[in-house]
Amino acid sequence: MENHFEAGIEALRQKLLVMASHAEKSVNEAVQALMQRDHDLALRVRADDDTIDAFEVEIDEMAILLLTKAPLASNLRLVTVAMKISQNLERIGDEATKIAKRARDLSQEPPVKITLDLPRMAGMALVMVKDALDSFVHRDAAAARALIPRDKEVDALNRQIHQQLAEHMMANPDTIGRCLHWIVAAKSLERIADHAKNIAEEVVYLCEAQDIRHTLKN
Amino acid sequence: MAEILIPKIAPLETSVTTAKTGASLIEMENVSLFYGASRALKNISLKLEEKVVTAFIGPSGCGKSTLLRCLNRMNDLIDNVRMDGAIKIGGHNIFAADVDVIELRKRVGMVFQKSNPFPKSIYENVAYGLRLHGVKAKSDLDARIEECLRASALWDEVADRLHSSALGLSGGQQQRLCIARAIAIKPEIILMDEPASALDPIATARIEDLILDLKKEFTIVIVTHNMQQAARISDQTAFFYIGELVEFGPTRKIFTNPAQKRTEDYVSGRFG
Repeated sequence: MENHFEAGIEALRQKLLVMASHAEKSVNEAVQALMQRDHDLALRVRADDDTIDAFEVEIDEMAILLLTKAPLASNLRLVTVAMKISQNLERIGDEATKIAKRARDLSQEPPVKITLDLPRMAGMALVMVKDALDSFVHRDAAAARALIPRDKEVDALNRQIHQQLAEHMMANPDTIGRCLHWIVAAKSLERIADHAKNIAEEVVYLCEAQDIRHTLKN
Repeated sequence: MAEILIPKIAPLETSVTTAKTGASLIEMENVSLFYGASRALKNISLKLEEKVVTAFIGPSGCGKSTLLRCLNRMNDLIDNVRMDGAIKIGGHNIFAADVDVIELRKRVGMVFQKSNPFPKSIYENVAYGLRLHGVKAKSDLDARIEECLRASALWDEVADRLHSSALGLSGGQQQRLCIARAIAIKPEIILMDEPASALDPIATARIEDLILDLKKEFTIVIVTHNMQQAARISDQTAFFYIGELVEFGPTRKIFTNPAQKRTEDYVSGRFG
């Protein structure tokens, strides 16, 4: 005899994992398009955003239906966490789209001659997303907790890059347009790291039933 | 129950399924029912699809069990009951003069709130109806009984004690045995009147999973007071209030966005 309710919960989890893989892929490709000035790849990332949006709607529908069936304990947490994680994934997709738009525009213009620590920042944001999703898959609260402080490092890099670009624009007013693209792209990476942190906090709640949001501020 | 066991019954092969999957199998048209002068059902019109689970919900006294019992004419057994309107199953009016009530109840089985196994062995509980319907050979009986006990998710728990008393089973097992007994004679429709209300959560979950498995083969109408149970197992839900059908529609809609305020108030626990 099939356990139909558990099957519904598992279907929701699987749907979320598929959505997560799309979001992760979008971020990877957006960063690749930005770094490699790949115009075509940038366009593809933008097109993929509709898919991620559709997953968010679908996951919410599945979750609402499951909530009418009165899930309890870890099942209840999973359903509510799934809705929040899917919202964060959708926003990660939006940020990837923003980066892709800037990558598209930057690929049509000459490069700005400035050395930024943006590859390291992108790498950190990407690993945070991957680790957050891995912690969800493995229900690993310790791994989720471990990645949360890394958000501060990404924030610091963003501030540093912002400062560098501001100074460069003052010295080279002809690069303002292109530098603004880089500022927006860096800000999107910083937001992606924020969403990864949010997902990690939800994983902690899922595993331990402890709400750690807003408790780790400096 | 005794009168449905009168051995003047057609062979199993004559059991007819007339409607196709997705079509209306049960049609109620302006059904009103009176207990003496008291009107328990008021002009109920409702079409139920084949091979779906339909839940009847509503506060006590709303008429949901009364309507359920109309579907296999169980109300015929109560004095001073009068019914107006028509109920068709597979396009045939079940209250027509030429309807054999025994045959009707073979096509429309029923499982009650309180499990009511016969005071016989597990094997005999399922074999009883089969024998009445002409299944005599032991090998045929054995095969069909195993099939039914498997379908009711009971086989693994009772295979080694088929000839023990059914009264020694737990409440949940007894209820699944009653379901096995009901499906043994291959009904088209199974009526369930709060089949899990006396069971613990584990036994309830097993009954619910069983219902979802059974709908591949049977059309199921269930009365329940448990809103979440209705949400878990039914495809369609009908909400009744003081003998009236207030709202009928997909369960998802009834529990997330009902059209009627009375439905909203009931499913959200504001009254009832």
